[in-house]
Amino acid sequence: MIVAERKPIEEIKRMLEGYPSVLVVGCDSCVAECAAGGHRETQLLAAALQLAFGKEGKSPVITEACIDRQCVDDFIESIASLVPEHAAILSLGCGAGVQALARVYSDKPVFPALDTLFIGETEMRGIWQENCLGCGQCKLGYFGAVCPVTRCSKRLMNGPCGGSKDGRCEVNPDIRCGWQMIIDRLEALGELARLSEYIPPVDWSTSHSGGPRRVVREDQLP
Amino acid sequence: MKTRSRLEKVLNAGLFAVTAECGPPKGSNLSVLEKKAGFLKGRVDAVNVTDNQTAIVRMSSLAACSILKGLGHEPVLQMVTRDRNRIALQSDLFGAYALGISNVLCLTGDHHSFGNQKQALGVFDLDSIQLVRTVKDMRDEGRIIGGDEIDDPPKMFIGAAANPFADPVGFRVARLAKKIEAGADFIQTQCVFNLHRFDEFMRQAREAGLTEKVKILAGITPLKNAGMARYMATQVAGMDVPEELIKRISGVPEGNQAAEGIKIAAETISRVREIKGVAGIHLMAIEWEEKVPEILEQAGLASRPQV
Repeated sequence: MIVAERKPIEEIKRMLEGYPSVLVVGCDSCVAECAAGGHRETQLLAAALQLAFGKEGKSPVITEACIDRQCVDDFIESIASLVPEHAAILSLGCGAGVQALARVYSDKPVFPALDTLFIGETEMRGIWQENCLGCGQCKLGYFGAVCPVTRCSKRLMNGPCGGSKDGRCEVNPDIRCGWQMIIDRLEALGELARLSEYIPPVDWSTSHSGGPRRVVREDQLP
Repeated sequence: MKTRSRLEKVLNAGLFAVTAECGPPKGSNLSVLEKKAGFLKGRVDAVNVTDNQTAIVRMSSLAACSILKGLGHEPVLQMVTRDRNRIALQSDLFGAYALGISNVLCLTGDHHSFGNQKQALGVFDLDSIQLVRTVKDMRDEGRIIGGDEIDDPPKMFIGAAANPFADPVGFRVARLAKKIEAGADFIQTQCVFNLHRFDEFMRQAREAGLTEKVKILAGITPLKNAGMARYMATQVAGMDVPEELIKRISGVPEGNQAAEGIKIAAETISRVREIKGVAGIHLMAIEWEEKVPEILEQAGLASRPQV
């Protein structure tokens, strides 16, 4: 899923300054799972904004709505009736959600309430871990299903650097060394010999390095 | 001989090689380099020029190598993959060879979060082992990545680093083997303070037949004082400074700690010389290049052979 965090209220407030009415739109998918932009967070943010503007003697109309997926037109269109009566939209979706709203409601200013961080997993309640960079050529099969592109701070493909200590990364002891994880896992699986193979330079053309990516599937087109 | 490198000649002749590190200035001040070059003149077989070490912006390694070459030194161009992609790295290798540089040390580099440009984009297009293979393919196949032919390929004597003290310890010799397989001709190790662990690493390397395939130069760093010893032990990634060494240097009065540090370095050199498979030393006197002659004299390596 996409993991995001809410921006500071001050930054959000600055973006909305001057608009008499704002439609605050949550997204009940990924960003609900990471407790940043779901139903509950949308309600809380709308109330917090009302309060913050109220302290300055301002009272913009703030309406909240939450849709299942901000990145799919069918769901986006479910709020179509609310949009015309608001001067601006504040999205609690990920970056994709914000941009999809702006594409569909092309005459409305749309602002992000979240900082979109990464593709990751919920390790446990309150902890989310990045584990995929979407490089476009999944190599997890070589590495015991631990991604060196994401989990190694230097994206090393041929083994750990000299800065791995006690299973921790030289960048920050809070970061687990991805290569220690790869080695531990392959060792446990009895497949450590896989790592003696030389991995040639990565083809980054399938990653964002090749420009914004797009998938077109004839069999899925209407 | 694969190259016209003097370092290759020394090592191939079976002579105990001495290389030293030289950090370029934090600016364009030529006199800093000239001064450091003076301390090392006639004392070492080759001079490694660091590439924005610890991710702190300094004069480019390539420019400094060329300047040192002009001053009569044999430079080893250190290249990290942190800051430049494969286009820039290969281009710099062409340029380096055209400038008469015949040695390269392929590194990934310290992470940029350590340096003075923490907000930088880390490139890491290649890793150090991929860079080793790239330089080898340039030399032996005359081709760049992707297969295009090179007009007058750079013939580099190829170095790589090894850290016997980093985790996972069990993988360190396997990684060394991978670097050799990729094309490394020589290895310069992380600073050796823990002789016991280094000895064990060398034993494993010999058992795997690696010392037959590659020339290993043991890294030596003189400690300036007890503060530096403690700093290296706790703050520098991938470093193993044993407690007994910290105690030893802390045990002498402050005014004598530098001399004690030099003595420890000279002793370490003598000890690593006795380990089978050690082909030389790589002296990293960090911003202390002026002490290189004294350390080498104490270690019985006062002059270099003519080759």
